[in-house]
Amino acid sequence: MSNETVTATGAEPGTLPEPLPHGLGVSLPAAEARAKTEGTFPYAADLWAEGLLWAAVLRSPHPHARILSIDTSHAREMPGVRAVITHEDVPGKALHGRGRPDRPVFAAETVRHHGEPIAAVAADHPDTARMAAAAVIVEYEVLEPVTDPEQAFEAEPLHPDGNLIRHIPLRHGDPDAVGDIVVEGLYRIGRQDPAPIGAEAGLAVPRPDGGVELYVASTDPHADRDAAAACYGLEPERVKVVVTGVPGATADREDQGFQLPLGLLALTTGCPVKLTATREESFLGHVHRHPTLLRYRHHADAEGRLVKVEAQILLDSGAYADTSSDALAAAVSFACGPYVVPNAFIEGWVVRTNNPPSGHVRGEGAMQVCAAYEAQMDKLAKKLGVDPAELRLRNVLATGDVLPTGQTVTCPAPVAELLQAVQDFPLPALPKDTPEDEWLLPGGPEGAGEPGAVRRGVGYALGMVHMLGAEGADEVSTATVKVHDGVATVLCAAVETGQGFATLARQIVQETLGLEEVHVASVDTDQPPAGPGCRGRHTWVSGGAVERAAKMVRTQLLQPLAHKFGMSTELLQITDGKITSYDGVLSTTVTEAMDGKELWATAQCRPHPTEPLDGDGQGDAFVGLAFCAIRAVVDVDVELGSVRVVELALAQDVGRVLNPAQLAARIEAGVTQGVGIALTENLRTARGLVRHPDLTGYSLPTALDAPDIRIVKLVEERDVVAPFGAKAASAVPVVTSPAAIASAVRAATGRPVNRLPIRPQAAVVTAAQ
Amino acid sequence: MGQREGAAGLTTHAPQAAQAVTLPSSLDEAVETLAGMPAAVPVAGGTDLMAAVNSGQLRPAALVGLGRISEIRGWQYQDGHALLGAGLTHARMGRPDFAALIPALAAAARAAGPPQIRNAGTLGGNIATASPTGDALPVLAALEATLIIAGPGGARREIPVSHLLAGVEMMRGGELIGFVRVPLLHAPQVFLKATGRTGPGRAIASVALVLDPARRGVRCAVGAIAPMPLRPLDAEQWVASLIDWDNNRAIVPEALNAFGEYVAAACIPDPAPAEDGSVPQLPPAVLHLRRTVAALARRALGRALT
Repeated sequence: MSNETVTATGAEPGTLPEPLPHGLGVSLPAAEARAKTEGTFPYAADLWAEGLLWAAVLRSPHPHARILSIDTSHAREMPGVRAVITHEDVPGKALHGRGRPDRPVFAAETVRHHGEPIAAVAADHPDTARMAAAAVIVEYEVLEPVTDPEQAFEAEPLHPDGNLIRHIPLRHGDPDAVGDIVVEGLYRIGRQDPAPIGAEAGLAVPRPDGGVELYVASTDPHADRDAAAACYGLEPERVKVVVTGVPGATADREDQGFQLPLGLLALTTGCPVKLTATREESFLGHVHRHPTLLRYRHHADAEGRLVKVEAQILLDSGAYADTSSDALAAAVSFACGPYVVPNAFIEGWVVRTNNPPSGHVRGEGAMQVCAAYEAQMDKLAKKLGVDPAELRLRNVLATGDVLPTGQTVTCPAPVAELLQAVQDFPLPALPKDTPEDEWLLPGGPEGAGEPGAVRRGVGYALGMVHMLGAEGADEVSTATVKVHDGVATVLCAAVETGQGFATLARQIVQETLGLEEVHVASVDTDQPPAGPGCRGRHTWVSGGAVERAAKMVRTQLLQPLAHKFGMSTELLQITDGKITSYDGVLSTTVTEAMDGKELWATAQCRPHPTEPLDGDGQGDAFVGLAFCAIRAVVDVDVELGSVRVVELALAQDVGRVLNPAQLAARIEAGVTQGVGIALTENLRTARGLVRHPDLTGYSLPTALDAPDIRIVKLVEERDVVAPFGAKAASAVPVVTSPAAIASAVRAATGRPVNRLPIRPQAAVVTAAQ
Repeated sequence: MGQREGAAGLTTHAPQAAQAVTLPSSLDEAVETLAGMPAAVPVAGGTDLMAAVNSGQLRPAALVGLGRISEIRGWQYQDGHALLGAGLTHARMGRPDFAALIPALAAAARAAGPPQIRNAGTLGGNIATASPTGDALPVLAALEATLIIAGPGGARREIPVSHLLAGVEMMRGGELIGFVRVPLLHAPQVFLKATGRTGPGRAIASVALVLDPARRGVRCAVGAIAPMPLRPLDAEQWVASLIDWDNNRAIVPEALNAFGEYVAAACIPDPAPAEDGSVPQLPPAVLHLRRTVAALARRALGRALT
């Protein structure tokens, strides 16, 4: 079994395996890296069971309509069709939803967004299932959709819960404070799709006890199990979610709107049922980043120190609430950014519309406000005639400062150091010395770009996110470590989504127990819950739980020996499977000491509690904060408005580097996702109808669009409350890079750039400008 | 379930699931096959067709694969023209030997998407799909290329590519695009496209511009802004008269700018004045498109003349 780890490093066959790096702080490769690159790693779409049926979901073609009737008789009569289910066939709770249960499993009377599930079919061939779904006759009375979030306040309620999902009026400081200089702005952020590389897929297998097993790429298996059990009217113990390979998750990747029908079809037919979503269904079904409208007014004194920030933030939740409440809390709390702002008056709303549903996508809320407050900082710098980086330096937050929510920043907040690092990093050279043919201009190789029309711009942005769930969420995780025969196994329901948790868990156990061979068991809901894989939780709580469990195993292993030799366990150490005492008197192997026994330990990690924001938006709502500074260098063809991001230089506050290669990969991935938000990614709708739900119409960054990413500095100032002192690293680059790119385009063109993604016409410089 | 067979253990009742795929080895054989199966759909690279099949928009009863017809996968010379096989892939057209013959078509082929698409997609497919953003189309329009259409019984007829794209002449049932005849002009040609990104993407607007020194002509076509490529004929004639053809094809720099504006205004005209005499403004997005076309046309002419 040790071959697995050896081959993962790519050792040549026939050569002696080099001693592998292990423990914390080394770049241990992922155990499944080889299988993934060779295409043999099984994802949900690869699963198969004897006698399986194929499912298809009928989705609404209208963004808003009343359902007058649903006729499934034609679909049922089609040869090969085994079941057709609608809202009438849901035995348990008809409503589900992550944040708030307000979303029907199948639309019953009203459809509220384009693509809402109405019926599902199981048949013995995928084409039959799709055709049968199309043969379900639904009579609609098409209603006028509410697609402008500003209209949602006045519009007729789209849902019995009303159109206002949450309102936070944050009040902090003196409302009458005024600055010498005032800048205002209106900003719009588009709808980013998480666009996981593998679309949703799953297999449901009925159990003999009347329950069902769901094989899905869940990132929060226990929540998905509970939702499924409630929907099916079963006890949670009779539903088991087994997590398969996860093909990409930068959001709550699974659309319960297809998971729930899948299990229901398996229960109805008594056969295994498989569903693989098309890319179009994937775009329509899962949640997106909240499109946001932001209005800002910054007051500053003559030296550019911030006096007051006023803002109105409107998030479009789409048809259902999902986790919008959390996104709004983050948006309002971080509306001023990592700056000291004595007086802040931020009003935030999240409203219901007939647009595609919004929910958790990493950096939710924080990303949208970062683009806006950084644009404001640029405006302020321009008005004062101060260098934008210098203006930011005059205002940066540090440990001990107070956030607009009244929470004191107790964790490391080396914001000034981060900004200084990217500012001091040498700028990329102009390609003067290379032949002109080889210049990569905006528009791509051999494109329309012309050197004479290209202007270079440099921009800065500072971003912050919170880690773990906020406002009193119980962020707990449980892990078990087992050691037998010199091999350790980690059992933890924290899903490896590509974020690297499994690798980190192996490193933690290697570090604590001194064993090289560590395996991470696959995840299902028979294990104790570990919670959702988002907001960097697993590095913190699941990593912490694994460490505690490993330490407990260590004590169990060493206690008898220590007792025998009359010394404490701290004086013994384990390296490479050998136990030695500090004085060398004792030397034995782990296998010998265990004497054939198996050692198990289970532990929990639960960070200190937080509190909800009160009626004035005040409260200690966050467990931890992470910061990042990015300097963007862009080239803009000012006639065509095409933008190429040349380089993004980043400095980040990471607490402690646990796996350098993995950390760099996470940062690069996050920064590149931000390039998409800044330049191309926007799921467009026309009166609530999703246009171009495909990867041709929705442009993800390609290798040519991705800039050179320079990780200039990783500040390792340990966060004392976090396990290992490490901070989660994936979200904050996503939050910061779009703002930095917009700032650089502003510098290159002199245009305001108040909308993301940046449209070419917003980056054009005409004679009039 | 015991009677089920096959690797997937499945039977199917989907009516069109058992597709017939025919792989003829000559153009005439392909035409005969199509004539015999009117419901069959010809497929070459499949980059557009298979996307439609996968998304369920198209369920062809049968497919006639054109990939094995070697006679349409290369090119030959024919009295001052190149006779290009319709099965030429974008990847093949992008290579230097082809670029030496028809530089603008090579540039369009290289710009036509990521390598996977260029390896599969063909010249004939680009014409048959006739997508407004088809990159080869403005080049063929500027070159005034002619299509050689193969019909049943070995019949061949010729139609100008612009006639097919504009719907002046249509393909009939059972016909296939066999070849594309393109004049060899032995002069600079440029294809430029604006995509709004650095990586491969669909054109927002594209411009193909070719010089025809023998006839002292400039021919230009603008793609992606209308259902078919647009030819600004007046602008072409005007600018050709300003070029000093005998003196290194020199032109006054101001003319480049004016040419760009001329082309853009011809392709995206000003709205007609309202009844009260006021001139309505073009919407900002259309104005941007017009500026884009002007910049592309100016740059294209500038590159062709230097």
